[in-house]
Amino acid sequence: MPLLQETIRNLYFHVCMWFAMMILFTVSVVNAIRYLRTFNLKYDIYARHFAVVAIVFGLLGYLTGAIWASYTWADPNKPAINSFSTIARDPKLIGAAIALLVYFAYLILRDSIQDMDKRARISAVYNIFAYAILFPAIWILPRILPSLHPGNEDNPALDVKNDISGSMRIVFYPAVIGWTLLGVWITTLKIRFTLLKEKKMMP
Amino acid sequence: MDNHIKNPFHIIERKKDDAMRNSRKIIMMLATVLTFLPIFAQDKKTEMADLMRENGRIYVVVAVVLTILIGLILYVVRLDKKISRLEKEN
Repeated sequence: MPLLQETIRNLYFHVCMWFAMMILFTVSVVNAIRYLRTFNLKYDIYARHFAVVAIVFGLLGYLTGAIWASYTWADPNKPAINSFSTIARDPKLIGAAIALLVYFAYLILRDSIQDMDKRARISAVYNIFAYAILFPAIWILPRILPSLHPGNEDNPALDVKNDISGSMRIVFYPAVIGWTLLGVWITTLKIRFTLLKEKKMMP
Repeated sequence: MDNHIKNPFHIIERKKDDAMRNSRKIIMMLATVLTFLPIFAQDKKTEMADLMRENGRIYVVVAVVLTILIGLILYVVRLDKKISRLEKEN
């Protein structure tokens, strides 16, 4: 894509953020289901922290997307702020915003309930619903509507024949794995911290 | 240093006067700068835009990488603080 020039390198950062976010949300929902099957509070803590770190990655993805968009989609002859209404209308952005807001609501819901078992059960169920909204909001809706955002045709990330060249793929897939592992590491730190705190509170 | 001056109030008064004069100068300068600021600002803006669009817009990538780095580092530092608070309590 000629418009992107060297900024195509953002593929290794911006796109990886969203990939890592998706994977972490998936792990979160898996843990929510595990909690509902076993009623072990440990899985509830897992689900919560994976969701939090996924939100952090999502926010970073959103921020980097904003920077990237303001130098590629925005009209270069006007200040970037004047193109805001054109860009902000993009279905992919709105979908991502909805998904993130739904997960913000998850955190608020979870942390506003005092009773531990009730909190775990309600938030696990809500997590599954949030995941069910995440998919249409960021994968299906933007593909139905016309969008400025690339990667809406066919199967952009996994399809071999489209415009990302082979040498970029060699870097891109390990980058996805690397960012995801970084997210998992931060999450495990948070989980260990919370488990220690809980152990201290209930010896 | 001011001990051997007979009337200490005198010097204070003079100081006040100086300060007044200085503040007037500063206000004048500010007014001048503020009048011409839009021109400088405009100049700077196009320069910024050029920088970001130079060299195949490589600086956009730099900005993105810095955003992610700063974001993640801030997040981890916050986590670190939380952990050390827990350590202190133990």
